[in-house]
Amino acid sequence: MLEADLLVLGAGPAGMAAARTAADAGLSVLLLDEQARPGGQIYRDVGNVPEDRAQILGSDYTKGRVLAEALDHPMIRHLTGTTIWQIEAGPRVSFTRDGAASSAKAKRLLIATGALERPMPVPGWTLPGVMTAGAAQILLKQSGLMCERAVLAGSGPLLYLIAAQMCRAGTPPLALVETQTFADRQAALRHLTGALRGWRLVAKGLGLLAEIRKAGVPRYTGASAIAIEGKVQAETISFTSGGKRHNLECATVLLHHGVVPNTQAARSIDVPHHWNEVQQCFVPEKDGWGRTQLPDVFIAGDGAGIGGATAAQLQGRLAALEIACDLGKTTPADRDRNAAPLKRQMETELAARPFIDKAYPAFREALLPADDTIVCRCEEVTAGDIRRYAGLGCLGPNQTKAFGRPGMGPCQGRYCGLTVTNLLADESRRSQDDTGYYRIRPPLKPVTLGELAAMTDLETDEQEPVT
Amino acid sequence: MKTASPFRELETDVPRVRVRFAGKDLMLRDGGNLAAELLAAGVLSFRQTPVSGAERGPFCMMGACFDCLVEIDGVTRQACMSEVTAGMDIGMPGTEGDVDA
Ligand code: FES
Repeated sequence: MLEADLLVLGAGPAGMAAARTAADAGLSVLLLDEQARPGGQIYRDVGNVPEDRAQILGSDYTKGRVLAEALDHPMIRHLTGTTIWQIEAGPRVSFTRDGAASSAKAKRLLIATGALERPMPVPGWTLPGVMTAGAAQILLKQSGLMCERAVLAGSGPLLYLIAAQMCRAGTPPLALVETQTFADRQAALRHLTGALRGWRLVAKGLGLLAEIRKAGVPRYTGASAIAIEGKVQAETISFTSGGKRHNLECATVLLHHGVVPNTQAARSIDVPHHWNEVQQCFVPEKDGWGRTQLPDVFIAGDGAGIGGATAAQLQGRLAALEIACDLGKTTPADRDRNAAPLKRQMETELAARPFIDKAYPAFREALLPADDTIVCRCEEVTAGDIRRYAGLGCLGPNQTKAFGRPGMGPCQGRYCGLTVTNLLADESRRSQDDTGYYRIRPPLKPVTLGELAAMTDLETDEQEPVT
Repeated sequence: MKTASPFRELETDVPRVRVRFAGKDLMLRDGGNLAAELLAAGVLSFRQTPVSGAERGPFCMMGACFDCLVEIDGVTRQACMSEVTAGMDIGMPGTEGDVDA
């Protein structure tokens, strides 16, 4: 079994920053990540992206290079291509790498598994050619692939970012179908002071909008009744905007209405979560350092609540400082001195959040979809099915399994969990906290018998981490 | 060989290798992300769902949705978490819906 002082799950901004900070403090760090190269989703493949792609993606992306390069440290061992399927007390994790299972343990565990796109169940969202906006970004970052004849639908800054990048690449989207309304904008204005303190973020958004306008991309706002149609793949998207029904022909549809914490890893070890009404998602309970109610388990980054890449990085560093102090590598005084500037930066970073959250709320129709819309993509369970279960007395997501198979497919509820909670809460007039979420149990990702049979002790055939 | 794809590659002058997808030969970028390379080659539908037989293709590109499942040399895998290698034989996964049975 591999051993280290600190085990970090996920090599995105939070995980990378935490690994380096901990290593600098003298901790041995084992960083486990599914991808072949560091970066997470936001900085996917940032270390080896060709210059033309880097130009299109912009400096907000390429600044991630510094974090990836900082992993080159004698106290950090980064295991790439590693799929974690079980976390246990210890803390200890079991994973698969190169077709063989293995395990690792540490004194502390930091979960930095980031965010998922908020599920956006609208009619037709399962058709080939329909993807998340995040998927389109990954295609561009990792593979230099541009979506053509695309319509972007939903709301939020990421939609503008990807639209601007598509314009730069000479493949502007056909249209932006935006779900936020005039009333949302008015509500957001109440948070203007915060937005002004976080003006850099807002200025960036305005810059993107200018690029989109210059490219002549039509924008429809206040869109509702969004539906995608096509025989085998997406062919049209229709929606109502400005009191009129629109029907656009397209080849790809990119959906986005915010991101939500990926809570699978934390839930699998029963870290308590609570509902965040503004961000419409569950977030783990943690203190200012990212310590969860399980004393050896920390959490940082978007997986701990959505704050974006820079905030994730800061949180990663804060968690690492506390862990180093915990393990006696630094004094509380040193920890606090190092943490002070990070906390100040965090405040500025998060200042514009309330404005953004109000200006670009989740799309209501996708939070409580119409009856015939599929909510569980894996098992093709519809919103109507879930409502019917509720009518039969089903109160919580785990009970739905007595009625049907939602959440039991390979994605294990990652793209239906929040919708199922919302539907049941709405039907039974209870809160999301009372309604709860799926119980997440290992394996977190499928593991084959062959991989278990090939169980290896990485310690014996690879170099031991520095301790 | 290459069908019209709604996905455009920014760099086209790249080393390619031959793979088989559903019995057809495709030339994909060597070492590329399998899901991305199939999309670039005009393959949008990777499989049919076990429940209704509906077509599915990549949705998240980050290993979370499992809509990109394919069978590579007999093993069910997520295409978006796999790399293209010369000669790989890719097919639709078994209809039982089992992952890695
Ligand atoms: S596209 Fe979602 S898992 Fe591969």
